[in-house]
Amino acid sequence: MKPRQQRMLAVGLAAVGLLIATVLTMQAFEKNMMFYVEISEVAKGNAPEDRNFRVGGLVVEESVVREPGDLQVQFTLTDMEAELDVLFSGVLPDLFREGQGIIAHGRMGDNGKFVADKVLAKHDENYMPPEVAESLAKHAAAKAAAQAEAAAEAVKP
Amino acid sequence: MIPELGHFALILALSLAICQGVMPLIGAQRGDDSLMALARPAALGQFVFVAFSFGCLTWSFLQSDFSVLYVANHSQLELPTIYKISAVWGAHEGSLLLWILILAVWTVAVSRYSAELPLSMRARVIGVLGLLSCGFLLFTLLTSNPFERLIPAAQDGADLNPLLQDPGLAIHPPLLYIGYVGFSVAFAFAVAAMLSGNLDQTWARWTRPWTTWAWLFLTVGIALGSWWAYYELGWGGWWFWDPVENASFMPWLAGTALIHSLAVTEKRGLFKSWTLLLAISAFSLSLLGTFLVRSGILVSVHAFATDPSRGLFILIFLGIVIGGALTLYAMRAPSLDSAAGFRPLSRETFLLLNNVLLVIAATLVLFGTLSPLLVEFASGEKISVGPPWFEIAFVIPMLPLIFLVGLGMHTAWRTQDPRRLFAMVRTPAIIAVVLGVLVPTFFYGRFSLMTVVSLIAGFWIVAVSLLQPLRNLRREEGAARMTRSALGMTVAHLGLGLFVIGVTIVSTFTVEEDISMVPGQKVAVAGYDFELKSLDRVEGPNYNALEGLVEIRRNGEFVSELRPQKRTYRVQQSPMTEAGIDVGWNRDLFVALGDPLGNAAWSVRIQYKPMIRFIWLGAFVMALGGIVAASDRRYRLTAAARDKQGVVAGEAA
Repeated sequence: MKPRQQRMLAVGLAAVGLLIATVLTMQAFEKNMMFYVEISEVAKGNAPEDRNFRVGGLVVEESVVREPGDLQVQFTLTDMEAELDVLFSGVLPDLFREGQGIIAHGRMGDNGKFVADKVLAKHDENYMPPEVAESLAKHAAAKAAAQAEAAAEAVKP
Repeated sequence: MIPELGHFALILALSLAICQGVMPLIGAQRGDDSLMALARPAALGQFVFVAFSFGCLTWSFLQSDFSVLYVANHSQLELPTIYKISAVWGAHEGSLLLWILILAVWTVAVSRYSAELPLSMRARVIGVLGLLSCGFLLFTLLTSNPFERLIPAAQDGADLNPLLQDPGLAIHPPLLYIGYVGFSVAFAFAVAAMLSGNLDQTWARWTRPWTTWAWLFLTVGIALGSWWAYYELGWGGWWFWDPVENASFMPWLAGTALIHSLAVTEKRGLFKSWTLLLAISAFSLSLLGTFLVRSGILVSVHAFATDPSRGLFILIFLGIVIGGALTLYAMRAPSLDSAAGFRPLSRETFLLLNNVLLVIAATLVLFGTLSPLLVEFASGEKISVGPPWFEIAFVIPMLPLIFLVGLGMHTAWRTQDPRRLFAMVRTPAIIAVVLGVLVPTFFYGRFSLMTVVSLIAGFWIVAVSLLQPLRNLRREEGAARMTRSALGMTVAHLGLGLFVIGVTIVSTFTVEEDISMVPGQKVAVAGYDFELKSLDRVEGPNYNALEGLVEIRRNGEFVSELRPQKRTYRVQQSPMTEAGIDVGWNRDLFVALGDPLGNAAWSVRIQYKPMIRFIWLGAFVMALGGIVAASDRRYRLTAAARDKQGVVAGEAA
């Protein structure tokens, strides 16, 4: 082969390799990315089916329950408007506690409960994951507005 | 008083940095020797004031001066002295000061060990480093002053985050920063060379040892960080593909590409513009990493407290640095043709492939790290990309690279006879295949295609790396010895092989179980019997803890006794898991206490981690290879002596 042909061949092979690699990576990306879904959306039934996603919110006070001695635990998450029951089996992170903002990875179970395979709480107890902070603020405001409206309704004769 | 002195010293350092950044560059442009001569004293002066300022902050920590906001937020009276010192860089303001200090140290080192450089080159390098320092000093003084007062002073401090109270974390950030910041030297050399327009091979030779030193510190820094995460974050993972980890890993990948590309530029005068671009990228990625970490735009397990206004400053700074360097590059690159050619089978080709694959890997990591931002901008959806994606994406370019490394290191420059090459690597290839199949079958009792392929890759590099040293031992009298650079390369590649073996085995054969245990209970994991003998309260200097006593036996024979703890730090009242780890060269046994489950039961995580030590061993061996290569004598020779020896030393490596 002439050097020119060699070079063409090398470039061609590189392009094909790159194309295959790109397709593989993008497929893997599509499969492995997880959407963050607000709890109010989950409550409305807008959760993705048959794939993992993330939810985040505050752990409701006194909602953490487990059979004594059992690894399986259930707790409730809230975004200040709607609530979601979460099931988890395993060791919880150090900073998991009631009232704390956390994120859970998993999918919806058959019973309408979220089955988490991972629960994340951050190193810093004052730290709130940004997406959780945002949904909390949004839904707390929505709820306050709804209550104000209801109160206004009630006052009307 | 001391904090104010530190603050003033920092302002003086800024004035000197401006002087160091502006005067020598003007002098070099105009050919004015007296302006260029300013570079060294200005750099030294800047270092003195930055060091003084750093000393003042350290002093405030040691004195527990809680009238300084930063000290009050990150220290406490009962904090052990060593952590009072490491708390200096335990958070944003102080770690920035550490960054500046390290930049000043590198600058002084450059001005000290660059006597052989032409005056204008030295002036330009120091000048560019001065400009970078200006940026960071301004950033500190304007947005993140560590000496800000708290009035009235606090009675006691808020304590250092308990996770950071650990010897590993006391040394990890300084080493990481030495590496990160060290790429600024390669960057400065590249910019200086572009400014002067003189881009022959000499600048590559000057840059090489500096880049290697920065790279090896970064290697050790990342390895220590991974080791710390393994035992201190409590859950036995060693790499999380977390944005902060990626921020240090991308410069490492670019830096690795850079040291290989510099080899081609130095030896053969090829890839010049590519090398320049890599020198710019390695440091730009360091800056980008800082931006990502400090702006808080990416969620990370390492994100403690962050502030968006700081992000804006770094973003602008980043724009100036990268934009400026790339503009300069665009002006110079067209004149960088090279006439030298090489055959398809030659070391040049393999190094080119090395560069392409490493750059692809770095790009993928960058893409994965930024994709949550990109997707949110594009669609408003909040997504996250987990470790599984990074693992797949990273392996695609890396696995071929690992196989190519073994061939490349035995291929000659310019052209190589394929038959001789294959004759040379036949034995190591056979050994690798045999070990790659036998090891999982016999030691771990199962195997998959991916495991076997990765193990063959690991054993392959180890085996080919041993070829040349073995031949060197058996060489005939009078034959040329291996040079330090060749030996360094071999050692570094050996380290890569050990790392690959460790990663493959630990990720395939780890056994991990979460179990509910009551004191007195026994469980069997991976052939070991773990018995939780007791749970007791113990007290540390600034924490209380519940300590488990776990006895491990194998076939009835005593193996080890571990004492995992659940600590509660008294000031922050935050719980912390201290894992109990039994270390062995070929496996770790790992026990961590989870939470009380009621009825005296606790959740316990038990793990069997085979060959995990090889991950860090491999990284340290890589760094050792860097030390050997960077100490090659041709970098230490004076200009005059080099002229005499240059031909010999230059050809051999």
